[in-house]
Amino acid sequence: MTDSRASETETADLETFRSETRAWLEANCPPEMRKPATSDADVFWGGRNAKFSSEPQRIWFERMRDKGWTVPDWPKEYGGGGLSAAEHKVLRAEMGRIGARPPLSSFGIWMLGPALLKYGNDAQKKEHLPKIAGGLIRWCQGYSEPNAGSDLASLQTRAESDGDDFVITGSKIWTSYANYADWIFCLVRTDPAAKKHDGISFILFDMASKGVSTKPILLISGYSPFCETFFDNVRVPKSHVVGTVNRGWDVAKYLLQHERAMISGMGERGVGRPLGQIAADSVGTDALGRLDDSMLRGRIASFDVDEAALAACAERAVDLAKAGQAHPAFSSAMKYYGTELNKRRYEILMSAGGVDALEWESERSRQGARPRAWLRTKANSIEGGTTEVMLGIVAKRILDLPGA
Amino acid sequence: MALVLTEEQSMLRDSARGLISDKAPVSHLRHLRDSKDPIGFSKEFWHSFAEMGFAGLLVPEEFGGSGLGYVEAGVVMEEIGRTLMPSPFLATSVVAASALNRGGNAGQKSEYLPKISNGSLLATLAVDEGAKHRPLQTGLQAVRAGNGFRLSGAKALVVDGHVADLLIVAARTAGSAGEREGLTLFLVSPAAKGVAIERTIMVDAHNAARIELANVEVDADSVLGEIDQGAALLDGVLDIGRGAVASEMVGLSEEVFNRTVEYLKSRKQFGKLIGEFQALQHRAAELYVDIEITRAAVMKALQALDTDVAKAASSVAVAKARAGTTATRAVQEGVQMHGGMGMTDQFDIGFFMKRARVCEELFGDANYHTEQLARARGY
Ligand SMILES: Cc1cc2nc3c(=O)[nH]c(=O)nc-3n(C[C@H](O)[C@H](O)[C@H](O)COP(=O)(O)OP(=O)(O)OC[C@H]3O[C@@H](n4cnc5c(N)ncnc54)[C@H](O)[C@@H]3O)c2cc1C
Ligand SMILES: Cc1cc2nc3c(=O)[nH]c(=O)nc-3n(C[C@H](O)[C@H](O)[C@H](O)COP(=O)(O)OP(=O)(O)OC[C@H]3O[C@@H](n4cnc5c(N)ncnc54)[C@H](O)[C@@H]3O)c2cc1C
Repeated sequence: MTDSRASETETADLETFRSETRAWLEANCPPEMRKPATSDADVFWGGRNAKFSSEPQRIWFERMRDKGWTVPDWPKEYGGGGLSAAEHKVLRAEMGRIGARPPLSSFGIWMLGPALLKYGNDAQKKEHLPKIAGGLIRWCQGYSEPNAGSDLASLQTRAESDGDDFVITGSKIWTSYANYADWIFCLVRTDPAAKKHDGISFILFDMASKGVSTKPILLISGYSPFCETFFDNVRVPKSHVVGTVNRGWDVAKYLLQHERAMISGMGERGVGRPLGQIAADSVGTDALGRLDDSMLRGRIASFDVDEAALAACAERAVDLAKAGQAHPAFSSAMKYYGTELNKRRYEILMSAGGVDALEWESERSRQGARPRAWLRTKANSIEGGTTEVMLGIVAKRILDLPGA
Repeated sequence: MALVLTEEQSMLRDSARGLISDKAPVSHLRHLRDSKDPIGFSKEFWHSFAEMGFAGLLVPEEFGGSGLGYVEAGVVMEEIGRTLMPSPFLATSVVAASALNRGGNAGQKSEYLPKISNGSLLATLAVDEGAKHRPLQTGLQAVRAGNGFRLSGAKALVVDGHVADLLIVAARTAGSAGEREGLTLFLVSPAAKGVAIERTIMVDAHNAARIELANVEVDADSVLGEIDQGAALLDGVLDIGRGAVASEMVGLSEEVFNRTVEYLKSRKQFGKLIGEFQALQHRAAELYVDIEITRAAVMKALQALDTDVAKAASSVAVAKARAGTTATRAVQEGVQMHGGMGMTDQFDIGFFMKRARVCEELFGDANYHTEQLARARGY
């Protein structure tokens, strides 16, 4: 009885929050920010050298930042909005309703922040979280190495103890935006004698430190958003280790769960025009108004079914987490499916675009926006852990299959 | 609404599961099949089901039911799917009860709904005529005669048609096959003159019938809902049935999957448990994800039905389409990963494969519902 009355008040409060949020978004989200981003320039990443690509982008970011809504569910003391899980869900739904873009994108929000909230000490949280929320510092992720990809725990970058510091030497690869990042969260080997998972530490340092250098790598999309990153005797205070020295693998894995949840979101992108209508623009329609390529139409419809179902599953995953019923490895399941689905989306877009989607350097194609985006999606099922690795995690941790 | 079961719904699931797994495991279906049971389900069990309040689950309290929603009906259907229990629950308690409750006038409701609640009346919807589910293609003719109608035509895949006390027949009072206008639902007694019913035992050993109506006379009171405007009522009732069958398919898929994973953990070949082979691990993992995604889609559809049946069509299409492809995959992988054992009748897996095939056709297969979504989205 008391329970149901409490939940009635909760529902009423949530409805109030919904209508206030809707009104606020209507009044404050510039119309230009209500369209899906079409290129990296449309995304605001923050950082010391950040530039806004447009005035509406600046206004939108600043208004959201002032409400703490760049990180709506973080505590207010760290620059967050202090929203409950239920309120956060409402905010996401309301932003989705008008197609509002995220005001700030960053590895700090998606990955490091959650890890610091769980494993960071007070000083680290106070130092780093507000700068992430405020878009002041841009982070990159130093996990992969040339010989440590899927088998991440075999990483060899060394951190040797020297008084109050660690001295770091080695190299990372595929470090996204390392050339633009201000700081790095990095996995280093602090105990070479221990078993491979037991000698790793999770450490933070400034990319402007002496001994850090980066070399961009060109992707098949023709863009160069990631780098080889080299460390030559980089000196980092020991106080920059997050969690316990040699227990960095726990932090690394926890962060990966968040990274995977973020990447899996790429598969469901409900806003914008339906794929079938985009296809109709180039393929044309028949007398009944149906896409004039019945095989493609079938593929799109199957895609739409799966996309809607995945969106329901993502919503359910959040609700399960809130109810304390989520499996910690479920983000791997979502990551596998979401990324494979996003690849399907772009195969369809290429097929629908036909010859038009082949133009790489032309005004009309906005410098090959579609084929470049298509090629970029191929990385979705590699970055953050490959599809095969995700399926292995599901087999082992959720299904408890032997020897997985 | 959160996409997880509430505490009450979990309790309902536990009590349904307890009852069904205890009294009607898969061996129950096997026994009914092998003994060539004349009705194909257990009347005795149906009565205890009714006593526990399941038969009238969707019926409003004023008519002796529990007045629960479609999510709850889905909870029960899912448990039915786990043991493949043949039961009038789908045809009578979900589909027919919804048709009467949504379309019936005061007299029709008070006549039939209390009897559905107490388990004494079995009813069913007769809609399909051809090989595939195409409700708008309904051609069974109803022509005005005196102050009533005369019905002629044939229906197929009428679930529980051989035992029903009441048939709800979709007929054409105007227009021609393919048109939305001109559909009307009629309440017809199977005892009426001109009704011929042939029990058709299906591949899954569940119950259905072919029904022929030859100049069957019904009076004006037997119209359910509005004359010529029955399409909207029919759409809603079918969507409710689709949500329920999709739930059954989720239960069925998960049960096959659990049994298969157990087999992977116990069968040894090449000196190893076959579950150690990555080729099987990855397929099992993919299937697991498929089932989880489908479960969420089905829950979403049931909640949409509870919110507003008239606005749930797209969610239901997604759910039924997903349920179809997922269940098909689950039973195929189930048989394949059991090797030769999976092919034997002695082993239960084959029963799941057969039931999945029937559920896939019931109220529209994955192709049908995928097509509906494409049309709804305008391409
Ligand atoms: C666009 C992009 C951005 C990235 N950004 C970052 C970043 O910012 N920071 C960072 O640290 N890293 C980043 N990465 C690296 C990414 O995490 C690795 O590429 C990924 O973990 C795979 O490692 P690998 O490339 O060495 O492939 P490998 O591990 O060599 O894999 C090669 C193939 O073998 C398969 N394979 C490997 N092991 C198994 C197994 N046990 N069972 C079955 N199959 C297996 C893989 O699935 C894959 O198909 C990025 C990668 C890309 C493509
Ligand atoms: C209709 C029928 C007729 C038959 N007729 C004959 C006959 O006339 N004479 C005769 O001798 N036999 C016959 N067989 C037996 C048939 O050859 C075996 O069923 C088959 O070899 C599979 O063996 P199993 O059933 O023990 O399955 P298992 O070997 O136990 O396999 C179970 C599952 O594990 C998988 N698996 C096994 N090992 C691996 C691995 N290393 N990597 C990945 N996956 C693996 C299999 O692919 C299968 O999916 C017949 C079978 C059937 C169904």
